[in-house]
Amino acid sequence: MMASPEGSEMRQGPEGAAPGLLSVRDLTVTFPTPRGPARVVDGLSFELGRERLGIVGESGSGKSMTGRAILRLIRPPGRVTGGLTFEGRDLTSLSERQMRAVRGARISMVMQDPRYSLNPVMTVGEQIAEALRTHERPGRAEVRARVREALRSVRLDDADRIARLYPHEVSGGMGQRIMIAMMLIPKPALLIADEPTSALDVSIQGEVLRLMDDLVRARGMGLILISHDLPLVARYCDRILVMHAGRVVESCAASELHRATHPYTRGLLAAVPRMDETRAELPVLDRSAWGGT
Amino acid sequence: MGRDVTALRIRDLTVSYGETRAVEGVSLDVAEGESVALVGESGSGKSTVLKAITGLAPDWTGGIEIFGRPRGHRPDKALAATCQMVFQDPYGSLHPRRTVDAVLTEALRIHGIRDDDRVSRTLSEVGLDARFRFRYPHQLSGGQRQRVAIARALILRPRLLLLDEPTSALDVSVQAEILNLLKRLRAELGLTYLLVTHDLPVVGFLCERLAVMRGGRIVEVAPVAALRDGAFADPYSRSLHAESLRHDTEADP
Amino acid sequence: MSLAEWLTTDAPASRGQALAGRAHATARLLARNPLAMVGIVIVLGLVLVAAFAPWLAPESPVGQNLSRRLLPPSAEHWMGTDELGRDILSRVIWGTRITLMIVALVAVIAAPVGLIVGAVSGYFGGWADRLLMGLTDVFLSMPKLILALAFVAALGPGIENAVIAIAITTWPAYARIARAETLTIRNAEFVAATRLLGASHLRIIAVHILPLCTSSMIVRVTLDMAGIILTAAGLGFLGLGAQPPLPEWGAMISRGRAFVLDQWWVATMPGFAIILVSLGFCFLGDGLRDALDPKGRR
Repeated sequence: MMASPEGSEMRQGPEGAAPGLLSVRDLTVTFPTPRGPARVVDGLSFELGRERLGIVGESGSGKSMTGRAILRLIRPPGRVTGGLTFEGRDLTSLSERQMRAVRGARISMVMQDPRYSLNPVMTVGEQIAEALRTHERPGRAEVRARVREALRSVRLDDADRIARLYPHEVSGGMGQRIMIAMMLIPKPALLIADEPTSALDVSIQGEVLRLMDDLVRARGMGLILISHDLPLVARYCDRILVMHAGRVVESCAASELHRATHPYTRGLLAAVPRMDETRAELPVLDRSAWGGT
Repeated sequence: MGRDVTALRIRDLTVSYGETRAVEGVSLDVAEGESVALVGESGSGKSTVLKAITGLAPDWTGGIEIFGRPRGHRPDKALAATCQMVFQDPYGSLHPRRTVDAVLTEALRIHGIRDDDRVSRTLSEVGLDARFRFRYPHQLSGGQRQRVAIARALILRPRLLLLDEPTSALDVSVQAEILNLLKRLRAELGLTYLLVTHDLPVVGFLCERLAVMRGGRIVEVAPVAALRDGAFADPYSRSLHAESLRHDTEADP
Repeated sequence: MSLAEWLTTDAPASRGQALAGRAHATARLLARNPLAMVGIVIVLGLVLVAAFAPWLAPESPVGQNLSRRLLPPSAEHWMGTDELGRDILSRVIWGTRITLMIVALVAVIAAPVGLIVGAVSGYFGGWADRLLMGLTDVFLSMPKLILALAFVAALGPGIENAVIAIAITTWPAYARIARAETLTIRNAEFVAATRLLGASHLRIIAVHILPLCTSSMIVRVTLDMAGIILTAAGLGFLGLGAQPPLPEWGAMISRGRAFVLDQWWVATMPGFAIILVSLGFCFLGDGLRDALDPKGRR
């Protein structure tokens, strides 16, 4: 963790005063439906420093929409209101062109399935080179060296061979590492990872997450890890927001998760079967407990 | 429930897709009333075993017997009444333009069963009331769809149920509901399960034995107690177990 | 419970109600699209005019009166008269029957043939696919009007033969669409699940695959209607479709061609009718595409 002024101390409410990396105020995303507008994100506020924040929730909780709203990737008819301040700039007031400069260069995003994020007709090396060239104009030899360096940074040591492969020739875990390498090339300040490992096998999940974690820490970046998997987020984040129906129902330090108080969080924790499972029946969420649906 | 009857007997099963062999020399017995898991990572061939049993992957050699009767290489009506399958994706396994009622009635119609009560009875067995009977899939949540898929698998009263990652596409809280349902149904109807999954904790909840697959072969068959004490003989099984354990315990340090 | 509630309920109590609810949802989507409504009005108008032609038409479509040849449009003859003194409005009104018949017959022959060929080819794959698609490609590779001309030349001119010729040239496009659609459906888990219930291939194609192809087929056929009308008119114009004195719009334009500089209305009025009806089908087709597309539906 970097020794930035806001440090690693916890800020739980929207009252946090120090300007961090990213400040989200009263973020609301609405989509029209036949039965009136639906708020998929409903008044979300949080501050993010150079730390690792986990956003956890089930499908429909609004967690992915939050990630997309930060990058202003919500398309009409979806509507986004609220304040987004990133590195002191008001993202909501930027033009689409200025926003494109922020996306990728300052904030990067890693998506769920690398097979859909990589261009199928370009080799891995070409795609990384392309990512390099969009942000600067390096010479040919330098491109080659930087591509190799990028692949090595995600522990793909056989860099020259891998650079020549097409996306369909690499495994899921390798693909996701390549995505991370590409996303980190412009040296962004914030990485948003939306379910980065849910398409991968358990053994590879750990590898990819540990790698991402190391890189984020070494570079002093901010990380928003969006996932449905509470134990996984608890392991790789400093702080956790639990979302349900567009709202944050619980906000706590990852190490305090076992002391979570909200019935939804407790219910989620209890509903997962364990390795040493002896319960005859798994506890099921009683959704009436907090007026959820 | 007698443990002397073999519900499923697989002998030296080899399945190929064109040139590549997805499964090689797999042998496994499942006793009636037992619940056995096939675990492994993607590409280990675990789903292919199910496809061979059902006839959806017809290109196999070896022997498959269900309740003592040898299986052919294609799906057939006789099989349908004793062995059914629940698929992974609750969104892909229901026809988007057919109501729950149409899905369930079709099974009865194919087998010439005239029993209108059975549809509502099966629905209530999987925890859906009459309101759901005439809904289209897009009017159902993921968990409700999976319940319908289970109802479709149960309506012909099979004794062996093949479960292909039945909860991996569902939310955690919904997964718990479906796992409870599967456990209850097995006890109530005396079903035999062959579960394919990559999720070891699910195995611990639902099964008595597990077969670990890697590269198309079974590397080890172990009792489910091995998940608790880690007493696996094969190094690959041990590493799989260790990785799952690490993931599992972080939630409550 | 009001009718609207009954239709939009999320817990229908019977098969009929579930069906009605879905039809209602589609109709509502369609009604929200103004161009589709224009299309519906035009096509509905076409059907009504064809049905009530004897009462709507002021005169007989074939009654000649050489004393009033080539009169311009007036209060008495809204669209003027032609070279044999026939009332053009009456002929255009009677012509709707011929147009509608051609369109309906082509749709009834070509769409099911294309649908079945495509679905069978896509579902089974292998040699059946190669054979059927090879045949389809042979037909697809020839220009439509030329092929229709060749068929009419072989079968002899006349409206029935024109319909057959057009149907023969239209089905291959539908077969291609149905095949493409089937390829995406046949590996779906619900098809596998139905096979495991013991369903036959015939049942899977008829009950599960064809219904999923029909919506894109309806859209495509509706959009093609304009082309079919134009092809029919083209055949009529070339003298190979409907024969005189039948009031077929293409044949009418052909007759009016001789006077197009001095008596413009003779060729223009049926031309307007063709444009209007073609546009109507196009609008309706576009609207149906939006309303029936399951991906656009929420």
